[in-house]
Amino acid sequence: MNKQDKNPGNNRENLIKLENAGLTAEEQQLFCDAVPVPYEPYSLEFVERFHNWIRANSLWVLAFGTGCGAIELNPLMTSRFDANRFGVMMRPTPRQASVLIVAGYSSVKTLKRIIRSYEQMQGPKFVIGLGICTINGGMYYDSYNTINCLDRYIPVDLYITGCMPRPEALLAGFMELKRKIKAGECDGANRYVKDFDWYKANQKKVIKKWDMPDYNW
Amino acid sequence: MFDLKRYSEAELESGKFTKLWHGPQHPGITGNMSLELTLSGDDVVECKTHVGYLHRGFEKLMERRTYIQNFPVVCRIAVPEPTFNEYMYAAAVEELAGIEVPERAEWLRCLNLEMMRLASFLMWLGGACGSFGMSTVYQWTVTHRDYMLDLFEEMTGARIYHMYISPGGVRAPLPDGFSERALSVMNGIEKLLYEIERVALNNHIFKMRSQDLGIIDPEMVDPYGIVGPNARACGFKRDVRKDAPYLVYDQLDFEVITADKSDAYTRTLVRYQEMHQCISLIRQMLEQMPTKGSFHADLPNVLHWKIPAGQTYVKSECTRGEYGYFLVSDGSEYLRRVTIRGPSYTHAIAVMEKLVVGVNIADVAGLMVSLHTYPPEIER
Amino acid sequence: MGYAGLQLVNTMFMQELCERMTRQFDCDQVMHQKDDLSFLRVDRDRLESALMYLKTHEGFVHLSFVTVIDYIEDGFFRLNYMLYNYDKATNIGVQVDITRENPSMHSIHHLWAQGWTYQRELKEMYGIDFPGSPRVDEEFVLEGWDGIPPMLREFDTAKFCEDRFAKRDGRESQDIKQTMRDNLYPERGES
Repeated sequence: MNKQDKNPGNNRENLIKLENAGLTAEEQQLFCDAVPVPYEPYSLEFVERFHNWIRANSLWVLAFGTGCGAIELNPLMTSRFDANRFGVMMRPTPRQASVLIVAGYSSVKTLKRIIRSYEQMQGPKFVIGLGICTINGGMYYDSYNTINCLDRYIPVDLYITGCMPRPEALLAGFMELKRKIKAGECDGANRYVKDFDWYKANQKKVIKKWDMPDYNW
Repeated sequence: MFDLKRYSEAELESGKFTKLWHGPQHPGITGNMSLELTLSGDDVVECKTHVGYLHRGFEKLMERRTYIQNFPVVCRIAVPEPTFNEYMYAAAVEELAGIEVPERAEWLRCLNLEMMRLASFLMWLGGACGSFGMSTVYQWTVTHRDYMLDLFEEMTGARIYHMYISPGGVRAPLPDGFSERALSVMNGIEKLLYEIERVALNNHIFKMRSQDLGIIDPEMVDPYGIVGPNARACGFKRDVRKDAPYLVYDQLDFEVITADKSDAYTRTLVRYQEMHQCISLIRQMLEQMPTKGSFHADLPNVLHWKIPAGQTYVKSECTRGEYGYFLVSDGSEYLRRVTIRGPSYTHAIAVMEKLVVGVNIADVAGLMVSLHTYPPEIER
Repeated sequence: MGYAGLQLVNTMFMQELCERMTRQFDCDQVMHQKDDLSFLRVDRDRLESALMYLKTHEGFVHLSFVTVIDYIEDGFFRLNYMLYNYDKATNIGVQVDITRENPSMHSIHHLWAQGWTYQRELKEMYGIDFPGSPRVDEEFVLEGWDGIPPMLREFDTAKFCEDRFAKRDGRESQDIKQTMRDNLYPERGES
């Protein structure tokens, strides 16, 4: 946050406050109404590269089985495929996690929880969409309760296709995610901040019962 | 034990209670559902179950697809045991259309179902021990489940969604040398089970936490429609495999396993014994199975399938109890209505909301796993 | 007595039961689907007493499920209560026809402690009201649903999906019949 004050282009006074229209008056007092700010890379390139290297080697996954893809995360995390050797491990709360795996189809009701979990995660944060149903709806393309393109609602850094993707595919996906992070290509969180209004409009178009703050800090 | 009677309705507003959402984002294998708990200190006073996080509207989607298009869809309903869905759908269609299934296909189906049951129980046992703090057992069982998945891959070509049991038979016979490999995996799992009995089921901490947790009263069983191991643990000899034998279960030798008190520990024990039973059934089947003959009935062109009008209800015993499909056909290429009856429907909602009252918050996940609830079969 | 013998006894029990039910509750239609499954049609107002009778006197203690079939052409819903008798190993489906306009039905939550769950689902998915059933107006699986109940036949899920959820470009949808005809059975042509 200190970097914010140094940067004149990102003046805090000029920022708009979030409406939080879905909350009651009492709840509006409780929740933060500031809009999110983008992450600014370090001015020295090698420092940023060093940080990216660190980020790539401790990918902590949020243990949120959002759909049926969660069944292949169990073999992945246990002794046979053992993703721990790549620095991938499960964390129980969003505050400790840096990777959100959306495991398969997400119904509208779950999407709300996905958004909430994603926004509560601390940066740097990355999203993996698992399975064909996160990409274009897959088998549930005509279902009235599942979304079709995940990246219209939260920024997705990497997709792993298949129904269901095998643990080997997941490992390959994690390797690819690492490569992208090291190369500095994973800017999902920044995209989310930049196109915040677009994402929010998309989310509110689908989620009709919006009784949470507009941004969950 | 917590005394609920001391609190009246009005006091819920008094600020002495905490409202806590248990799930849907929750580590552990309780699945994507949530419990809205009202707590007094550490004890649950009231609980409301919220489901629907995995609702895909399968019953609607299946009305829009032809009979053969539904075949790859149904297995997606329940991810730990897709085979039961495949079998139920195939059985319902065959019954309405009057298709005779060859005997060899029945054996192969039965083998597939029992293997699925064992794999699902392995996953469950790991989760049950994990939710009481024994993650080591979880590591073991998931790994051995993976060896089962290898067998499935060999048998059907896929790890999770097999799409093996199609209306009319099965898709493929067993590959060469399958039984030897299957038997060696079974031996490994049997060894593992004795190990788990030593490490977990006789563990003092596990016993302390799970004994007397969430006792199902035998009088609850009928009004709440409790089925499967949960009902068998309180002494009811009820098993669809025995009551109304399907496939080749009447040619196999097994007994219904019962116990006399349905608490979390006994339910675990009953399922543990059923895993041994599964292994014995798989061994029997591999021994008795016919190795020659056709494995799929001759069917007309799938593009022109029209099932005669009618309605039927078929059921089987899945790991959690009675699992059934109610299929209505109106004589066209599309089915009229399908209802999927899963045992979690009552276990996770009505039963859970009753049992969880008075339980310590730390044991809620353990109780939920001990009921073996699985959300997708509630909401489909 | 082997399983076959037991089955014969149960079949006879089923036939006698259906005759008794027809006499007592005026079931206008009886359909035997298989040895251990029959369907009865009763009057809307006699359903509760018929279920009560089956539960207390005939040993059908287990309610498997409650469901509804939407006959939009004929303008009625057919409710289906599936009961199971553990001693005789027989299923019976009790069916009731109710109108599609302002559908409502008597609640059975006092007969089975799990009955209200099914009624909650039917209320949400078909809009059938069950006055007196606990928590019947609460949301069950849907959240913030703003259209007509989704399981009704007139609800077009593909069109709803097109309006509500954005599609990704590049997805090809094929007519399964045409594709299979072209790729798998080219020699059969139109047949």
